[in-house]
Amino acid sequence: MQTILTVDDSRTMRDMLRMALAEAGFNVLQAVDGVDGLDVLQRSSPDVIVTDINMPKMDGFGLIEAVRKDNRYRKVPILVLTTESDAAKKQRAKEAGATGWIVKPFEPTKLVAAIRRVAA
Amino acid sequence: MAAIRQTFFQECEEQLSEMEIGLLAMDEGSTDSETVNAVFRAVHSIKGGAGAFKLSQLVQFAHTFETALDFVRSGKLNPTPEMMKIMLRAADVLADLVEASREGREINEASYETVAVDIKSLTLINGEEEVEEAIDFQPTVIDFGLPDISVEAAPEQTAEASREYRIAFTPRPELYANANETALVLRELNRLGAMEAACDASALPELENVDPNGAYFSWSIRLSSGHDIADVREVFEFVEGEADLSIESDGQPEVSNADIAALLAMALGSAPASEPATVSESLATARETEIAPAVANMTPAPVAAVETAKPDAKTAAVPSQTTIRVEFDRVDRLINLVGELVINQAMLSQRVIEANFAGSSSVIIGLEELEQLTREIQESVMAIRAQPVKPLFQRMSRIVREVADATGKEVRLKTDGEATEIDKTVVERLAEPLTHMIRNAVDHGVESPEERLAAGKPAEGMVRLSAAHRSGRIVIEISDDGAGIDRPKVRASAIKKGLIAADAQLSDSEIDNLLFLPGFSTASTISNISGRGVGMDVVKRSIQALGGRISISSRPGQGSTFSMSLPLTLAVLDGMAVSVAGQTLVVPLTAIVETLKPKKADIHALGAEGRVMSIRNTFVPLIDVGMQLGFRDTATQPESSVAILVETGDGARNALLVDSIQDQRQVVIKSLEANYGTVEGIAAATILGDGRVALILDVDALVTSSFEDSVSGELRYGTGG
Repeated sequence: MQTILTVDDSRTMRDMLRMALAEAGFNVLQAVDGVDGLDVLQRSSPDVIVTDINMPKMDGFGLIEAVRKDNRYRKVPILVLTTESDAAKKQRAKEAGATGWIVKPFEPTKLVAAIRRVAA
Repeated sequence: MAAIRQTFFQECEEQLSEMEIGLLAMDEGSTDSETVNAVFRAVHSIKGGAGAFKLSQLVQFAHTFETALDFVRSGKLNPTPEMMKIMLRAADVLADLVEASREGREINEASYETVAVDIKSLTLINGEEEVEEAIDFQPTVIDFGLPDISVEAAPEQTAEASREYRIAFTPRPELYANANETALVLRELNRLGAMEAACDASALPELENVDPNGAYFSWSIRLSSGHDIADVREVFEFVEGEADLSIESDGQPEVSNADIAALLAMALGSAPASEPATVSESLATARETEIAPAVANMTPAPVAAVETAKPDAKTAAVPSQTTIRVEFDRVDRLINLVGELVINQAMLSQRVIEANFAGSSSVIIGLEELEQLTREIQESVMAIRAQPVKPLFQRMSRIVREVADATGKEVRLKTDGEATEIDKTVVERLAEPLTHMIRNAVDHGVESPEERLAAGKPAEGMVRLSAAHRSGRIVIEISDDGAGIDRPKVRASAIKKGLIAADAQLSDSEIDNLLFLPGFSTASTISNISGRGVGMDVVKRSIQALGGRISISSRPGQGSTFSMSLPLTLAVLDGMAVSVAGQTLVVPLTAIVETLKPKKADIHALGAEGRVMSIRNTFVPLIDVGMQLGFRDTATQPESSVAILVETGDGARNALLVDSIQDQRQVVIKSLEANYGTVEGIAAATILGDGRVALILDVDALVTSSFEDSVSGELRYGTGG
């Protein structure tokens, strides 16, 4: 069973992600912002990270950059949650080191498909 | 999904509160970027969740609002006072839309059309709409049924005629740096149809020259698939920008890499380049300029655990402490159990002393330590339910805006002591009286801008709301800088209503307190705002029901102040334990003015049954508690009693005659109604250390019943005589 770390400051979004992912057979870890995400990462080895962009304390871009700098987690696939029309955000996410993206509001099938594209 | 929907609306409440806090800070002039970001995030969050639940009206409005906020946080817009007014109104509309969505209804768009237009106008640059934010809202059908995601080894078969695709794919180093894997891409591609892939490793150098972060492979792929080219392209969606990619279908080239380069360059704002190589260059430079500020934003120790930081005066963020969510019932149960613990501990101490184990000093010390510990546990547990008054004060600022708008006045609300904490039960019951007083302050207290200017005051009036701890209680004050109480008008109105005699001599303070009498309202027209029979007397009674007191002071031309003192919690009471006819009663300390030892000469008869006591040249009615409650039939002798001078809610003084005073103590309140029934004159009960029940007096009710009894000539509990 693969483990997904979901990072989002919205409880609603975390609940929805967990529901979709758990039903698809993934083990789900949660964090509430970038700092918390890094903290959880220290204590676990998720197969994929799914993160929101707009979060307090450390946003998605900050999280991705921090992960990519750390030799232990450099190669963890990271998907950002972004809105449909946000081409600039996708670009920036890529530059920060994101592997791919998931569009909000997300359909569970698309979410799972995106994860499959980046996770072994 | 229903549970998540509930979570969503709970979260909306928190987000709305965050938003309001931030907007108010911005309105006060804060330019802190974290403040603006917090407001943006709050609206963004609400929009995100609303989209998932197909709440289209809410999404549309939130989207425009969010765009305007995005412009502010990116510096495209500079907040002006006018703009902040629009934003605050938009915040109110958003709150209304959230509530409507929660109840499953929509709001008539016309009712907030002006605000919507105003907010929209903020998002137009030179009158034109920013194209990138065109929202194409398609309700997403969130189907949480189990998707079939078994990884298929066999490619999907489609009925359509197979097309041939030729794909050239050369990953660049960024692809691997971003944790993408060619193998995975190819695996996904294989799901679209039969595939052959050939790898060209000719670019791979000698082992000692290999850069582990380099990209040396190139792939040529043939794909036979019934899927159209968009599906093929989608497989490469994530890696397009990090590789040289070309997809040809049946011999026709798709969009070439050079075109992609041009598009990307346009998006990045530089001149279009013709070589794919320059795309990665421009990406690299863009990356550098982007990363520098991003790194500056990062905390130096990203691995640090969540800090318990004190709320920064500059930031609008919620104090960053770790919290957990607990169901209210559990806290209630805990508080009850701790109450029992306190009672039990007192009983234990009592029994040990009575059984004479007290001889051993180590036992005494042990009991004292136990008492200390129990007190501390009680205080800590009480603190769990303690909440800052901030959210309550937040609601008031919206009310000020609404009433000011409705009455054509300009009023600003200033708050102090928002972090002051009170028991949740008290906070909840404060909302209504506080709302009423705030409305009054704006409607009746503060004058119209014209009147204010004529009086040499600034056109904008100020209402100040403050909370503070003072000697074990909470003091809440509402003051305005308006015209103050119009005493002649109040006096005339009271006379007209028959509340006072025409020639009554009243001090200024007594006139002010007339406002608390039932049915009092000086509003010449019953405005929609206040004066509809919900008078200050109801407010006063609400405050008193909480165990609090309220008073008013005013200075003509300068304004009025309502001052309330409330207990920290409704679960315990500070009281004086007294003996009456062998029973122990508890008199709430808040009602007690002083205690006296009466002399026979001080007691005078009044009428057939009544007695009054003279205290420093004033006469106060004397109430024989034992007789009033039916504990005894004969009147107590004053010489062998103690008189407790109490003040009731309306300011009247009475003397309660009791046998003796035991001590002053804090008691855990136990509801009489829940365990027995309502008894007039008794507020609640408690259990003493000796295990007996002691009744807690409802002083106001006792006085009232005494008065009524004397009027009717009968004692309600006694046999008369």
